Amino acid sequence: MRSSSLIGLLAVVLTVTTVLAGVSAQPIEPFDSDQEFSVRNRIDELMVAKWKEQGITPAFICSDAVFLRRVYLDLIGTLPTEDEAKKFLEDSDPQKREKLIDELLNRPEYADYWTMRWGDVLRIKAEFPINLWPNAVQAYNRWLYSSLARNKPYDQFVRELLTSSGSNFRVGPVNFYRATQDRSPKGIAQAVALTFMGVRADQWPEEKLKGMAAFFSQISFKSTMEWKEEIVSWDPYHANTATQPPPPQEAVFPDGVKIQLPADRDPRQVFADWLISPKNPWFAKNVVNRIWYWLFGRGIIHEPDDIRDDNPAVAPEVLSYLESELVRSGWDLKHIYRLICNSGTYQLSCIARSRNPKAGMYFAYYPTRRLDAEVLIDAICQITGTSEEYWSMVPEPYTIISQGERAVRLGDASITSAFLELFGRPPRDVGLISERANRMTASQRLHLLNSSHILTKIEQGPGLEWARNSYTNPRQTVTRLYLTILSRYPTEKEWEILKQTTAKSSRLSREMVIDLIWALMNSTEFLYRH
Amino acid sequence: MSDIANTHVVLNAEGHQVSARLTRRAALKRGIFGALALYLGRAGVVPRHVWAFDPTLPATKPAKAKAVIQIWMWGGPPHLDTFDPKPEAGSDYCGPFTSPIETNVSGIRINELLTELAKIADKYSLIRSMTHGVNAHETASYLVQTGRMPGDRIVYPAVGAVVAYFKGQPPEYDGLIPPYIVLTEPQGRFSEAGFLGPRFKPFATGGDPARTPFTVEGIVSPGVTVARQKSRRELLQNLDLLRQAMGDDPQIQEVKQAEEQAYDLILGTSGKAFDPSEEPQAVREKYGMTTFGQSCLVARRLVERGVRYITINYKGWDTHKENFVVMRRKLPEFDRGLASLIQDLADRGLLDSTIVWCCGEFGRTPKIAWEAPWNGGRHHYGPAFSALVAGGGFKGGHVVGTTDKNGSEVKERPVHPTDLIASMYELLGIDPGTTIRHPQGYMVRLIPEPGNGVTSGGLLTEIM
Repeated sequence: MRSSSLIGLLAVVLTVTTVLAGVSAQPIEPFDSDQEFSVRNRIDELMVAKWKEQGITPAFICSDAVFLRRVYLDLIGTLPTEDEAKKFLEDSDPQKREKLIDELLNRPEYADYWTMRWGDVLRIKAEFPINLWPNAVQAYNRWLYSSLARNKPYDQFVRELLTSSGSNFRVGPVNFYRATQDRSPKGIAQAVALTFMGVRADQWPEEKLKGMAAFFSQISFKSTMEWKEEIVSWDPYHANTATQPPPPQEAVFPDGVKIQLPADRDPRQVFADWLISPKNPWFAKNVVNRIWYWLFGRGIIHEPDDIRDDNPAVAPEVLSYLESELVRSGWDLKHIYRLICNSGTYQLSCIARSRNPKAGMYFAYYPTRRLDAEVLIDAICQITGTSEEYWSMVPEPYTIISQGERAVRLGDASITSAFLELFGRPPRDVGLISERANRMTASQRLHLLNSSHILTKIEQGPGLEWARNSYTNPRQTVTRLYLTILSRYPTEKEWEILKQTTAKSSRLSREMVIDLIWALMNSTEFLYRH
Repeated sequence: MSDIANTHVVLNAEGHQVSARLTRRAALKRGIFGALALYLGRAGVVPRHVWAFDPTLPATKPAKAKAVIQIWMWGGPPHLDTFDPKPEAGSDYCGPFTSPIETNVSGIRINELLTELAKIADKYSLIRSMTHGVNAHETASYLVQTGRMPGDRIVYPAVGAVVAYFKGQPPEYDGLIPPYIVLTEPQGRFSEAGFLGPRFKPFATGGDPARTPFTVEGIVSPGVTVARQKSRRELLQNLDLLRQAMGDDPQIQEVKQAEEQAYDLILGTSGKAFDPSEEPQAVREKYGMTTFGQSCLVARRLVERGVRYITINYKGWDTHKENFVVMRRKLPEFDRGLASLIQDLADRGLLDSTIVWCCGEFGRTPKIAWEAPWNGGRHHYGPAFSALVAGGGFKGGHVVGTTDKNGSEVKERPVHPTDLIASMYELLGIDPGTTIRHPQGYMVRLIPEPGNGVTSGGLLTEIM
């Protein structure tokens, strides 16, 4: 009795504290809109309950400009152009956010961008230490791209990855089994658990891993006459039975259920039947949590590839809801993107209004993160009208990608550039999300502020030639540069600042324009998703 | 206002409570800077320049060597045409190089074009019995620079990243210049930092030190005056509304810190360390006015400034075709640059504390492919190759190991990549048996224990 009233008292104190601790009563231009958070869908209902429980005030809803840029970067990894930005900002349709989400989900860049994201998880790389070989990488990427472009139902997507047979050059998804450093049944089981269950099986007890590995003990990799071609297939008899022990007859599912492997059926199918099911405790959860992670930079279970009992979800109700929606929609991944992006939670501003240190963990504001290496260089190239050269020094003969290709579309971690390496593009060696490093380092900052690579693009890039040559109408030039680089109009405050410097005279100099472009492209607003 | 939500207990490395109340700012920083906070609790100073930081850093021992210069002969140099000449093997093996020269150490002969190196053989030792048996560039590059065979799900860091990890972060290093530099391009074969992650990747200069100015990407930018740099910086700070709006967010703090460090390099004088034109012309010419020669000179300048590890990626050794044409062009340049570097380090009293190691990922086939299209070419050869080591505690004037009469097989004292790497770690005060933390939490040995498929000839004690 006594203790419960104490808890009650504590709760009151905490609530009062939270109210008092509320920061930023006023929306901040140009990031916040003047709208308070309100419930828009089921995700929001569930999140509000969490925030109440924790005493957290959510941020304001973000401004249209912020939403525009955010959803472009999050869904298609591409900046809006000047015209796209203008069109959206001037659109008075109250449904415009919802419509933009639908429009982006149908753009070809959607498939490009998500091919890159899935490529990280699936470790798509031609050479060392994942030796898929360029022809196989192409086949794999073609399959991946068309699956995502067609929005192939996720259950079918995974079934094809797990159960396909054929040539690595022709049947893209067979490369799933080749894209691991360790192709033993245990190595494969670990890759399957990591990719589709979000589980690190290397920490499992030996017996458990062995039980799961049995499902992958009848896969054969056979070379052909064609150089580096390999046929991946089910081969219960193993060509070299003389030297190898027969594969195990018994297998154990990760939930502990034992099974005798039928002689007439590919055990990969048996495993897929178990995994790909609405009842499977990992399958849907893993993918909706990964999507959440991709959109917020933090999983509801975090890290998203470390799902285990002692790493609980911060909002398990949201996960269960998304899982059920995935199943109900016929495993439609775009449906999940749509639900999340249309939620008020996703549309919160990045400026926190709660001092509660848990506000970030509970998604009470949108987390800022540095743009991914590929997205950043593509954005810089798009604005400046320039391109990059990408190459692979392995295998010989070297691969050189023609100028003009976007980094997001490279599709092979062996093909790279000094910029991508410097900015922490994942090597795709093990497929963990932690392989991608988005923390800003001093070397990266040096490169952006002062490298000839970036300065040349700013000073000479044909995409901005109009700005460097337009001296007579500062207001128009500045406005267009803001739209091009930051996807928004300048604020009054910015005009004031610019009046002190760049725009103080009635004419602009080339030098002033270059300095302004440089400053906008080096701003946190440009470099970070926000 | 109550501070309940903002009060945290921070324990220092020994587990003592060092701070019971943090500001909101500190509390927010805790996420990303948690490690740093722990470090500050331990040492109590804010290091201005933190290129990388890992609180789990094990201690190092007192060391002879402070810095390392690695000359990476990208593609694999022919051991028979450099440090392991075999004039008696006949022209199918030694080609036109039939008269190796005596060095200033009696009994040591090297290729006849290496005339400068021949004068200072007392300052370096040759390992003629390097071996690993791998003939593929990527695997061999990885193996020679990490000491590990690929394939067990862990991707190991190269020597440079390990040295940056142990010697390139506070409290040992707070230099303005990144502790691990590559002249001029990354090798591109594998990720040098391995599981240590991008913080321990090298800083690649780009540019060409043989040209003036040597435009080190990010540090030296021709055409932007100091005044303009400063006014730009001010403009950026004024216009960066997001930074102003979320000033105490850990991400923003991170950008600010990175930016301050960057500007210290851009606006300060330490970037001059990269500028070979500050040297007397005679010195520059002694090294050779080539990219390689000037890279050696810049490497020396960087060592003088305290940089811990410099890799010179020296390309052009993959001589499948016309090996001898290439050697006639390349060996004099190589000879001049490397010999000047070693001599110069010795003259300045730096050789005792600076390891110079020089080799490629493998040797080249002893038997020459005279037929077209190779026309006197040599192919990849992992069973036997040579390395040169100098300084930092390595003795000079010795030869370790031998190969057979035509350089095909190691005859005596096989030296595996791990042995050479472990010996360097030992000289650097890094215990080769130590373990470091993998991001997934488990501990990984720096150098694999012998057995279980790992062969080792042991440390190079005969030259240490």
